[in-house]
Amino acid sequence: MELHLPWLIVFLPWGGAVVLALMPHGDGQRGRLPAAVNVGVAAASLVLALVVMGEEFGQQGWTRTDALNLPFVLVGAVIGLTTACFSFATVAAERFDDLRARAYHAAFQVFMGAQYLALLSDNLGVMWVAIEIATLASVLMVAVHGTAAAVEAAWKFFILCGVGIALALFGTILLYLAAQPVVGTGDPGLSWGALVAVASRCDPGVLSLAFVFLLVGYGTKAGLAPLHSWLPDAEAEGPLPINAVLSGLLLNAALFAVLRAKAIVGAHPGALPPGPLLVAFGLLSLLLAAFALWRRRDARRLLAWSSIEHMGLATFAFGIGGPAASLAGLLHMLGHSLVKSAAFFAVGAAAHLKGSQKIADIGGLATSHPGLGWALALAMAALAGLPPFTLFLSEFSMVVATAASQPWLLLPLGLGLLVAGGALVTAMQRLCLGEPTPDRPAEGAFALPGGLLWASIPTWLHLVLAALLALAAPAGLAALLRDGARMVG
Amino acid sequence: MSFGTPAYDVAHLLGGGVLLLSFVLLYQRRLDAVISAFAVQGALLAAAAAWQGYIQGAAGLYVTAAIAFVAKAVAIPLALRLLLGRLGLHRTVETALGVGASLVAAVALVGLSVLVILPITAGQAQALTREDMALALSVVLLGMLMMITRRNAISQVIGLMSLENGLILAAVGVTGMPLVVELSTAALVLMVAVVAGVVVFQIRDRLETLDTSLLDRLRGG
Repeated sequence: MELHLPWLIVFLPWGGAVVLALMPHGDGQRGRLPAAVNVGVAAASLVLALVVMGEEFGQQGWTRTDALNLPFVLVGAVIGLTTACFSFATVAAERFDDLRARAYHAAFQVFMGAQYLALLSDNLGVMWVAIEIATLASVLMVAVHGTAAAVEAAWKFFILCGVGIALALFGTILLYLAAQPVVGTGDPGLSWGALVAVASRCDPGVLSLAFVFLLVGYGTKAGLAPLHSWLPDAEAEGPLPINAVLSGLLLNAALFAVLRAKAIVGAHPGALPPGPLLVAFGLLSLLLAAFALWRRRDARRLLAWSSIEHMGLATFAFGIGGPAASLAGLLHMLGHSLVKSAAFFAVGAAAHLKGSQKIADIGGLATSHPGLGWALALAMAALAGLPPFTLFLSEFSMVVATAASQPWLLLPLGLGLLVAGGALVTAMQRLCLGEPTPDRPAEGAFALPGGLLWASIPTWLHLVLAALLALAAPAGLAALLRDGARMVG
Repeated sequence: MSFGTPAYDVAHLLGGGVLLLSFVLLYQRRLDAVISAFAVQGALLAAAAAWQGYIQGAAGLYVTAAIAFVAKAVAIPLALRLLLGRLGLHRTVETALGVGASLVAAVALVGLSVLVILPITAGQAQALTREDMALALSVVLLGMLMMITRRNAISQVIGLMSLENGLILAAVGVTGMPLVVELSTAALVLMVAVVAGVVVFQIRDRLETLDTSLLDRLRGG
């Protein structure tokens, strides 16, 4: 059997996970080697992702590379690397014992591999299995501290997402049932490429039912209302570095699966149009999160609710449809990944410094720690949709596309954007400006030479990338995103 | 293949049996009886998968059947019984919705799934596949109903696993479904992980929010 290059991106992190699980970690205070290996594996994955970007697109057995998934693979690899670096700088403060440190590092790499597989898979069954593996690995990462709160959060995450992915499997089976009379038995029945090609000849009723199950199932994993309630709990517990990959990558992979389903069902004119359903789920998530944001007292929960808001916005854009709105949706997903993980890095470093993740305990960060404080301020401003970052660009194009096709939807959209933006700017002022609160650093935090600097660099890097994506995206990447938007439809 | 031929009738009987056990799960008042009913459902599901393997001539389905039997009829019920003994749980089931009301809701859900599945598949699939899908969707919906209406973690986990039984019933019922062995095994790994979570962390309380009516819990943060 030939080993294709895209398969290596999946197998490399999984191999790394085995090595990390077998490696002695000491008591987590001294041994920095495992954290360094973790960084090395993530860096090698990024190199591989760049190489695959340069290869010709096509299908390799159960995987495919196309304009839709490669930007997500690339951004995922970048965030994987920066998260590993942030983890290298702060993992000592998590105070893991040997077993927990092994579980944490191995689960991180298993998650990364599953994440790449979910994006790259052509076979929808394989995609489902990949999202399931990513769920199991992230549940383990959330529960790894073993405190009562962590176990409760992980349990809620597990049960709700368990129901979600079970419904998604039912939707996958229904898709095959719809395609079976046309494509016959065997692997093509679940191949995305084959399904898109034959969708217009499949039974529209079965396709519609399949889409409803896939949307509700994967939508639960993407943090869409009304089944979003696992997300704030999961984000508030667990080691700090994993927030970045939970919000930045896991939600994207699930929404990406919805996009693949939309492309299939949207290809049949007689099937239930996916647009209105996506608009409804998107607006519900946006409005619910926009008002919920005002009541948060915990910085990590605040950012988790903001993820629900942004996933809702992206879903809304895909629901509006057409090349412009879909492009805005894709850009929004990528920009949100970069900016949200930057904000989580900064909040994580601040929580280690102040010994608390309550908003009231983190104040005046820009005065006491300017490098970190201004990074957090910029990241929060970017999340509120202020220029010059990419979320401003995508939200602006969303509004323009909505005005062109469904002007009356501007009212709820604008309301959501303003209420959520206001809440985030208010929270930013409380976190970053004003009187500094006293530092109570967690034991072991920032023990590296250079200390806080190492935790701030990933944040700044993400902000620079998010600004570049908006102002000066490379022509190749922009063309790729436009092609991807056409595939979503 | 149609009504009156043994291949059709036995498949129908076994699928209907799995659905019947979903009803049985809903009206048990003792946790050990819930576990027994789940074990019987697992055994019937294994038989249904094996029968589909026989009539479709698909050898892979025998593997699915064997795995389902070992895990769901034997291993998982055994582990849950041991856990019950160790936790010394007082073994009654606390319901959020009375048994009578649950059964009425269950009948309505079966009606719903029949009304949804049969008309939209009218054009194409074989009669057996269509009716299997209707049965499977009923089992899925009843599993969700059980998760919503039960208050302790073990009953909720059994609800999730019976939901997953419905998925396997759907997957084996569609002729020529690719990756069916892999998918059913992956789904089982998820269930085993849930059970392991219950056993390791000895979670006994109910999940607070399956819907958003209890959002006020999050107000603290």
